[in-house]
Amino acid sequence: MTANLILFVILAVIAVISALGMLFARNAIIAALFLIANFMTVAIMYLTLEAPFIAIAQVAVYAGAIMVLFLFVIMLLGAEQTGRTSVRWWLQPVSLIMGGLLMVEIFVIVLALFKTPPQVAALPEGFGSPLSVGETLFSSYVLPFEATSILLLIAMIGAIVLTKMEKK
Amino acid sequence: MIPTSYYVGLSAILFSIGALGVLIRRNPIVIFMSVELMLNSANLVLVAFARTYADLSGQIIVFFVMTVAAAEVAVGLALIVTIFRTRNSIDIDQMNNMKG
Repeated sequence: MTANLILFVILAVIAVISALGMLFARNAIIAALFLIANFMTVAIMYLTLEAPFIAIAQVAVYAGAIMVLFLFVIMLLGAEQTGRTSVRWWLQPVSLIMGGLLMVEIFVIVLALFKTPPQVAALPEGFGSPLSVGETLFSSYVLPFEATSILLLIAMIGAIVLTKMEKK
Repeated sequence: MIPTSYYVGLSAILFSIGALGVLIRRNPIVIFMSVELMLNSANLVLVAFARTYADLSGQIIVFFVMTVAAAEVAVGLALIVTIFRTRNSIDIDQMNNMKG
């Protein structure tokens, strides 16, 4: 086993455990903290996949901005506890079966697709660096980039309009 | 390099856990977190394939996914706050009609 593989296994185990912790945590704040652990692990995985810029963006945007927003709303609403269980008793076992089926299905497809593993291409100089990512983003992907700016504006206006107090 | 299929397998596990979270949790905020987990597992596959084929497009798409996730969280949490204000509860079982 090479050092890379050992690192991958450790990271994968942490990622799966933290995801399961999020799934089964009774308290929503603990679930959010587990999810942050998961995002950080995936960020380290991005580093091993030659994507340093994405890794930093993952920490800043996901583990930083998005999860702070989550924690803020949980504390604002006092919604830490999940409350009573569902009125439909059959929902939980059926969901477990469906989720297990989904995982088996993906694994079957992956095993079928990777009978002949794809050839790993040689990396050009500076792959995944901010310079190369920026050059690709602002040359081939300018139009989607501009579209996301409109999307963010709409989301901002939407959030303000939705939470605005109505004056009665 | 570690075989790409390992990353796809890990991502499949994470995605399934996220899907399970959407199905069995009753707290809408935790359901949102599960959706984030699913988006994140898709990102992992995109970055893994970007590395395999030495193609930066995969990493660029991850940026767009992050942007959409941020927008989705902002609007979704605003919706939850509004629902909480009008009903004083965010139990997912009680959200069964469209009219506030």
